[in-house]
Parts: sequence; C-alpha cells; structure tokens
Amino acid sequence: MIDVKNLTKWYGRVLAVDGISFHVERGSIVGFLGPNGAGKSTTLKILTCYLPATGGKVTIANHDIFTESMEVRRMLGYMPESVPLYPEMRVVEYLNFRARLRDIPGSRRQAEIDRVAERCWLSKPENMLRRRLGELSRGYKQRVGLADVLLHNPPVLVLDEPTIGLDPAQIRSMRELIQSLAGEHTVILSSHILAEVEQTCTHLIIIAGGRIAATGTPGELRDRVTGPSRIIAEVRGEDEQATVQAAKTIRGAKEIQVSSQGNWRRLLISSEQDADIRGEVFKLAGQKGWQLRELRREIGSLEDFFVQITYEQNLQAGLWKSAARA
Amino acid sequence: MKKMLTIAQRELAGYFFSPLAYGVGAIYLLCCGIVFFHGLDAFGIPPVFETGREPTMRPLFEMMASATVVVLPLLTMRLVSEEFSSGTIETLMTAPISDAQVIIGKFLSVLGFFAILLAASLFYVILLSIYGSPDAGVTVSGYLGLLLLGGAFISVGLFTSTLTGHQLLAAILAMVILSVFTALAWAVVAFAPQPWNVIAVRFNALSYFRDFARGVFDTRGLVFFLSVAVFFLYLSIKMLESRRWR
Repeated sequence: MIDVKNLTKWYGRVLAVDGISFHVERGSIVGFLGPNGAGKSTTLKILTCYLPATGGKVTIANHDIFTESMEVRRMLGYMPESVPLYPEMRVVEYLNFRARLRDIPGSRRQAEIDRVAERCWLSKPENMLRRRLGELSRGYKQRVGLADVLLHNPPVLVLDEPTIGLDPAQIRSMRELIQSLAGEHTVILSSHILAEVEQTCTHLIIIAGGRIAATGTPGELRDRVTGPSRIIAEVRGEDEQATVQAAKTIRGAKEIQVSSQGNWRRLLISSEQDADIRGEVFKLAGQKGWQLRELRREIGSLEDFFVQITYEQNLQAGLWKSAARA
Repeated sequence: MKKMLTIAQRELAGYFFSPLAYGVGAIYLLCCGIVFFHGLDAFGIPPVFETGREPTMRPLFEMMASATVVVLPLLTMRLVSEEFSSGTIETLMTAPISDAQVIIGKFLSVLGFFAILLAASLFYVILLSIYGSPDAGVTVSGYLGLLLLGGAFISVGLFTSTLTGHQLLAAILAMVILSVFTALAWAVVAFAPQPWNVIAVRFNALSYFRDFARGVFDTRGLVFFLSVAVFFLYLSIKMLESRRWR
C-alpha cells in the first residue's frame, strides 16, 4: 500500500531523514516510534504531500506522491500533531467545509458528517456539532480532527501523535477507535510512547536520528532486542574478592560486578545471549556453603531498547551541539 | 472553481466573526460619513452634502480610494499568515486543492467583503439623489474604479500575508508596498526631475483612479489595476508553492 524507498530530507544543512525505506501492507496499523526530533513528523509530512522529499521515492497505492500529488491527497487523511482548527467555526461547519474540499457531493455530505460524528463520539453522548471549535477541549479537538480525516473514507490514514495531550480514558477510547479502523483502512501513526503503539499497532518502525533503528511486529522486535541477559544474585559467606573469584568459575559468565550490603554480596553476572546460568549459580552457592537470598534473571525489554536508542540520540545531539559551540 | 468558492465562502464568513473586520469596516464607513457631511479641511476636501454644491460623489470616492492603503492591508493580513501561525495550512494543503485555488479563493473573499463595504456607502448616493441629481455615469465608473483599485491592493496584501506568520508584519509590509504606488509615486511625480517623474506617473495608482472618479473610463487604468492584481496573485501562488522547495 505504502512504499518508501531511500527517503531523504534536508532542512537547509540539517539532515532530518536519512535514507529510510519501508513498506506498509494494506489494512495494517503501523506505529512510527521514535524520540522527539527523530524525523517522525517530517516523514509523515512528506507522505502526505505537505513537504517534498530531498531524495528518494514514495508511492501510495501505486501513485507517486510527487508527480500524482492530487490523487494521493484524495486517498489520504492526515491529522497533524497539534490538530490545527479554525477557532471561529462550528464543528458541523468545519466538517462541511472539509467535505466540500474533498469533493463529497452535496447529497451525501450530511450523511457522511453524521457517520463520522457518531463514530468519533461528537453527536453522542453529547451533541457537540453546534459548538465552536475554539471552545472545545483538547480531547474533543482531537476527535474533530479524526472525524475530519474519516469524512471521505480514505484508504490511508496518517495520524501524527493521535493520543498526545489526552487523558487516560480518552487515550483508551482513541486507541479502540484506531484499532477498529484496521482492515478497512491502512493506518500510520506516530508516537514517542512505546507502551501505546505496542498495544495498537500490528507493525512497528523504530526511528532515531533520521534512520530506521528496527522494524517488525511488536513480538518480533521484543525477541530481537532481548539483549544479553543478566543474573542477579545475593549471597552471604565470603568477602567481595573471594565471592567474585568463585563466581568467575561459572561457565557462561562473562562479566561480574559486585557490591556489598552488610555481609551480603550482590552479584551482577552478565552471560551469553541465551544462556541461563541460574542453575550454575545455585550449585556454586551450595558447594561454597553460601546463603542465597535472591536469584533472578533480567531480560532486556523493548522498553530498554527504546530508551537506549533515545539516550544514544540525545547523546549524539548533545555532542553535536557541544561541537558546534566549540 | 467550486473549491475556490468553498475557500472564499469560509474566509468571508470568517470576517463576520472577526472584531477587527467590524472595526476596520466601521472606521472606513465613519470616514465616508465625515467626508460626506463635513469634508476634511486638513486635506482640502470639501463636504459632499452641502447646498449649492454640484451633486457628485467625487471627493468621497477619492477619500475612499486613499483610505484603502490602510484599510485593505488590515483585512488581508490574516489570510495566509494565520494559516501558517495556527498550523491549519497543513490540513488545508494536504486536502486535494491546488495552491492557486486557495489563493484565488482567499482573494475573492476580501474582494467580497470590500464590495459589501462599498455597498454600504450606496446610502450616500441615495441621499444625494433625493436632494439632487448626481451623474449616474460618474457614480458607476467611480465604484468600478474602487473595485479595480481594491482588487489590485488586495492582491498586494495577500502576497505579503504569504511571506510571514506574523499578521502585523504582513500588514505593515503591504502598507509599505501600497505607499510606493500612492504616496511615493505622487511625491516623485511632483518633485523628482526627468526621467523619474515620467516613470512614476505610470505607477501612480491614485491618479489612474482619479480618471474613474471623474467618470472617464481609461483602459490604461484598467490594464494597470488588472496587471498589478494578476502579478501579485501570481507571486502569492509561487510563495505558497515555495514551501515545497525551501
């Protein structure tokens, strides 16, 4: 449905998107995940024909976004990050205006407005259609934005941070709404909150520093990013040095750190990728006659991976800034 | 065409929710009223509505034309500028609508609002016709001239509105450009030596308008106003497009 090849975007001398490529299947919900300033919004703005790319090729349902911009725009619904609206218009006036821009014939306009208003909870439980956009709360503005995007029933929906600024109940209903769109629509949404896209999306693209850091289904990613596991053990019996010496004899143990808490020695043992050496640690404690009060294995999570990416990007940005200052 | 009118309609409705538009309109019509009944001594404009005077709208037309230099930029400044600053430009330009449709639609909306203001001043024509018999030809050509001049000036204001997200800056820029076509052109004609004054005559919008206010339909004026309007509309469309390659 959406095919992106080697997409590049320079803002003056700043490289915002650095040659990314990905493919989105029809009917899937793709989450674009990345720290702030990773290039998510820029990529979405290019997909929606708002900004031109510096290089690369993007096709949406076999229409090139550059040469067939109007066809692409007809098939697309785009909700920008801040959901900009005209404050002086009423909800129904705004939807009517947008419907006319989208060539929805007059005879069908009212029906379409009723349909999206109901779907986005604008007519029920409370009728908001006669309210002015400027008076609406953040949550309702978001719903109007989504209603606008659904008006012409486009095959592709692009939602930039659809749940930002919503309260937990609203986030849940927005998430349910987006999930209900799958199949019928292809949805691309962006977020910088992992937990959120993990639940909503069938596919994730993690982007950092303008590049794709990882891509796959949430399950695949979780498997892939599971880094070397760590064993945490707290034992009592010997001093730090002797404890570490003994731990080094364990097969599969790569790196050992130790800290003390009274008589207790807390060991952090990194091991090979899949090795689970808890058994070995238990055996060792038995042999040495140590008391063992904690023994567990820690596995790198998607969250850790994401935090690490974010951290690295911030670090790079920081280095870059300090280099620029010097 | 339909989409252009959709844009124009939305913008025009927007003026009726804008306190600024009401304020500007009211002051414009107030000035008309003052000139009509009292004249403006400071500018040497005699009152229109006075016994013994020739029943003509001319002094009023000239004042209405001069005032557009300030009035129209205040009406046009928000057109594109506001879309940029509020971000609605993103939803607008990702809808299937061309840059030209947006610009021309917005242009028509201000022209429409200006025409409504002019229509309000018809009251004075009626009043004048009750007590005298003003020349119908002069009146018609005067209003036609105002619309042409307005169209040219609105396109200038629309252009400066595409340059910046700051409305006030857009208005000031427009007033500066319009001053070149009015005050500066007049000053150069009056005080500068050849060949400058001869060139400046061609750019003096108000002197072209004066012909219309006198009831003379001069194609030079028509061509001037239309070409200014087309030129600045073209620039506005290009400016809006330029976000794509900036």
